[in-house]
Amino acid sequence: MSSHAQDVKERVARGIARRYRHERNFRLAGLGAVLLGMAFHTFFFFTLVGNGYTAFLQTHFLLDVELTAASIDPDGERDAQTLGRADYQGLIRDALRARFPEVENRSDLRELFALVSPGAGFELRNQVLASPELVGETLRQWFVADDDVDMLIKGHIDRAAEESQRRISDRQLAWIEQLEADGSVGRQFNHRFFTAGDSRDPEMAGIWSAVVGSFLMLLVTLALSFPLGVATAIYLEEFAPKNRWTDLIEVNINNLAAVPSIVFGLLGLALFINIFGLPRSAPVVGGLVLTLMTLPVVIIAARAALMSVPPSIREAALGVGASRMQTIFHHVIPLAVPGMLTGTIIGMARALGESAPLLMIGMVAFIVDVPESPLDPATALPVQVYLWADSPERAFVERTSAAILVLLAFLLLMNAAAILLRKRFERRW
Amino acid sequence: MPSSTVLMALLAMTAVAYLLGRRRSVATGRGVRVHSLPGYHGSYVAIWCALPALVLFCLWQLAEPGFIRSQVLATLPQAMLDLPEAELGLVYNDIRNLVEGNIVSGEPTDEILAAASHYMSLQRISDLGVALVVLLVGLTALGWALRRVEPGFRARNKVELTTRMLLMAASTVAIFTTIGIFLSVLFEALRFFQQVSPLEFLFGLSWSPQTAIRPDQVGSSGAFGAVPLFAGTLLISGIAMSVAVPVGLMSAIYLSEYANSRVRSFAKPMLEVLAGIPTVVYGYFAALTVAPLLRGFGEGLGLSVSSESALGAGLVMGIMIIPFVSSLSDDVIKAVPHELRDGSYGLGATRSETIRLVVLPAALPGIVGGILLAASRAIGETMIVVMAAGLAANLTVNPLEAVTTVTVQIVTLLIGDQEFDSAKTLAAFALGLLLFLTTLVLNIVALRVVRRYREQYE
Repeated sequence: MSSHAQDVKERVARGIARRYRHERNFRLAGLGAVLLGMAFHTFFFFTLVGNGYTAFLQTHFLLDVELTAASIDPDGERDAQTLGRADYQGLIRDALRARFPEVENRSDLRELFALVSPGAGFELRNQVLASPELVGETLRQWFVADDDVDMLIKGHIDRAAEESQRRISDRQLAWIEQLEADGSVGRQFNHRFFTAGDSRDPEMAGIWSAVVGSFLMLLVTLALSFPLGVATAIYLEEFAPKNRWTDLIEVNINNLAAVPSIVFGLLGLALFINIFGLPRSAPVVGGLVLTLMTLPVVIIAARAALMSVPPSIREAALGVGASRMQTIFHHVIPLAVPGMLTGTIIGMARALGESAPLLMIGMVAFIVDVPESPLDPATALPVQVYLWADSPERAFVERTSAAILVLLAFLLLMNAAAILLRKRFERRW
Repeated sequence: MPSSTVLMALLAMTAVAYLLGRRRSVATGRGVRVHSLPGYHGSYVAIWCALPALVLFCLWQLAEPGFIRSQVLATLPQAMLDLPEAELGLVYNDIRNLVEGNIVSGEPTDEILAAASHYMSLQRISDLGVALVVLLVGLTALGWALRRVEPGFRARNKVELTTRMLLMAASTVAIFTTIGIFLSVLFEALRFFQQVSPLEFLFGLSWSPQTAIRPDQVGSSGAFGAVPLFAGTLLISGIAMSVAVPVGLMSAIYLSEYANSRVRSFAKPMLEVLAGIPTVVYGYFAALTVAPLLRGFGEGLGLSVSSESALGAGLVMGIMIIPFVSSLSDDVIKAVPHELRDGSYGLGATRSETIRLVVLPAALPGIVGGILLAASRAIGETMIVVMAAGLAANLTVNPLEAVTTVTVQIVTLLIGDQEFDSAKTLAAFALGLLLFLTTLVLNIVALRVVRRYREQYE
């Protein structure tokens, strides 16, 4: 072997080692990127769950509240109006006072009363209104605690901190510890979070009105975007001649899919509210804006579904004498429906998570009541998240996370439905 | 009659029309050759019953508020009519609130009360009128169409033509949306430019939109120089892109070229789900987790990091865009024909060499298009920056300081503000116009690049 060949061989061998090293590094870089992306998102979910899961339990006090007939219903007629007017918060206060008879001074009493949520009285009132026979009895049940107490029990307020550094005073802490010692402090399932509307008191605040608002909005969106989107897709895929005009429509649709959502909000504000005079903060306006936003998603998915139906189906139908319209409506569309539905569900999921355009059309209101029609003022779940994230109370942090968890659960459910639908009905021709 | 009742009645009539048309077709077609199936005759009659009445109904609903307004205002005394447009609008709102039983500002005067009752009677007449006219038109058209039903009548062709027209009309919605966006934003923006010169807006270096209520207040003249906003937007989007592009692209390469099919079949839906996470969630994450972390980290290094730093918002925005970039690049890389890879392997190239020297150059236009789309998304992203970036318009390139963006300003200018002629509110639309145009250009270029690339390999 000549020395020249030897030389080449050596150089190639060295080169190969280097190239394999590069290969390994490149592959590791790719794996690293995947892992990094996954790590970001895992960290993100862990913080959410870690912050949020505590909101599903709420601190309560076990108190003996005497529903004295004399103070609730002095004339004894059990009339709903008299029952409704009584001072139930006062009764709860009396129970606290009976529990801590040594507290006398006025400012101390105020601190003691602050342990129980101002909403507890309302709940007791509703309870009595629902079953008036309770009057005169002593009720031993759990009453919801104030959010600061809740934060203390959940460990978000440091008991060892200086008194001036925490929102619970030393005296309050002593009372709470006394109550804890005899088992009168407990965490109960936080049903208010799922059944109540928004509230300034974190312990009374819930997502139900926002959920209903989101639902009404999605209803409007679905009712408009599905027929419109499918009709557009059918026209573009089956009938439209290839010319400038249809080209323009296509470019438009693709562009609309990428226009920032906030711009749709501006459109909604200028067009639907200022020109058409539709009410602000109403789910119907939100639904209209979201319709325009989700329309491209639905159209693109529906076109893909139509495209995947093989030409042989069309040809067979045409061959036995069906008209073009009959071919499409009787044979092509039924086969494309699962794909269309999948796209629509994904579009709906996106609409459910959208909040920026809703801020523009005034759906950031403080909504306590559950909206009853698409014309009532309402807010949406993601907007509720935004509102709570802005609230200063510590207790809203966990509620925000919990609301996000609920939102993500809905989204996951919808996405899972879409994937399932695709897996179940997808046909390979 | 409320409009929902009218619509329900019309719907019921349409159903009856369908049945009548069908029956007549069956009855007249006994023993003869009929051109269309009975269902088509039914549909034909139903369409005639519903469509003209529906169009009329919509037109009426559109015209009614303006007509009532002019009629009601005509009853007001001349002194009131001479009020400026805005105040007249308030008076009219009072009248309407009175009618709807809402709370009215102040004690209503006699004129207002009279106008309100006039409004009510007009409204009643209009409601009754629309019900009568719509149902009458529906009925007439029904009768006319029913008479045309006979064996030789080409009902199918007519019904199919109508369906086709409706499909075509649906497809124009996308165009009208774009035009609607452009015009609505443009008109308000033009009103803004009457008050503030476009040059000042585009090149001014200071942004403080707080115009005073009284002209003699100190520091009352708002400044509308948008350059700090563009700079802030670019800074945050730049940070986001420098996180998202390398990570997203590399993961796409790994997933499409190295990972086995099991991982791939799991990763693709996963990416779709991740790409669908609402931005408000990322915003919360940025504001409550990342910002304090960065702040603490900066303190450890002896740097002062603002709690609303551009870095925090940009970083989280980058994380948000990773699945998007990854998903788009994955599609593009997969579309590169296998022959190219095989050729490269045949020449003895390693996998990474094939990817770097053959696949990526071939996929480059598509990847660039995807990156442009991602950039357009970063620029238009709202919730993350609203929650995690600042409000003060600092002109800086330091990512540790707080900057504000175009979208943040649009949101803050429009939340809670109802006044539609102040420069402050209109400025939001001017910003919206700029945002729309910027993203429009980015999108069109990106879509064109992607499309041309796709055609190349089809």
